Amino acid sequence: MSHENRVSYTLDSTLETVNSAEATASQLASEAGFADEDVMKIAMAVREAAVNAVLHGNAYDPGKKVKIEFEQTNRGLVITIRDQGKGIDLNAIPDPTSPENLLKTSGRGIFLIRSFMDEVEINPSQAGTEIKLIKHVHGSAAGGKEASQ
Amino acid sequence: MTMKSSTRQIDGVTIVDLSGRITLGEGSVILRDTVRELMGKGSKKILLNLGDVNYIDSSGIGELVSAFTTVRNQGGELKLLNLTKKVHDLLQITKLYTVFDVKDDETTAVKSFTK
Repeated sequence: MSHENRVSYTLDSTLETVNSAEATASQLASEAGFADEDVMKIAMAVREAAVNAVLHGNAYDPGKKVKIEFEQTNRGLVITIRDQGKGIDLNAIPDPTSPENLLKTSGRGIFLIRSFMDEVEINPSQAGTEIKLIKHVHGSAAGGKEASQ
Repeated sequence: MTMKSSTRQIDGVTIVDLSGRITLGEGSVILRDTVRELMGKGSKKILLNLGDVNYIDSSGIGELVSAFTTVRNQGGELKLLNLTKKVHDLLQITKLYTVFDVKDDETTAVKSFTK
């Protein structure tokens, strides 16, 4: 932890990490004043991003870690998740709502993340993938503590 | 909360009452194993009661799709019953709501299966 409004965790590439990330996101979003529906959306987006990091990025490799950072800013809640995988190929992600993909059993994670968050940035590199999720504050409930931009 | 599953029979239809979370890991595995077991026993009319399923992630959605196609490919029918608002909204967002046959009344759902 390096900032009053920022908390970060370095976690193993396990399913427990996924559940822990989801629970932490839910708690922090709730404490930040988001409505219940937004809390659910934030928690689910974080879960999906954590699944991608653990499963697709790090491939459950015990030698690779997932770093998750939560920051409350005057724009809202910013969550950054980094893995140490090979880096996702954004061009290789098909639209899961296209008719030809509807009956596929995977490939909906990033689509759901984009559906639930206000801003999503995905930055793949050879050292891993970083995904930044932002949920804006509606009203003043979550903007009490201003953090540096 | 982990997922629980129990089955019952009404007029040749197997109703699977699910509760909890269908997520990557245990929940998805329970759903997959339950459907496989039913298919193995020859049950081809399956109604998944999701009334007490409060959470599904993308893996759980994938497992529902897998169950649907598995049953259909073997000449059976799989329908969904009693979606919670969260699950209903998820199926709408992913455009799967019209893929699945979704019912909100058990009696009507049972009668809707091919005789």
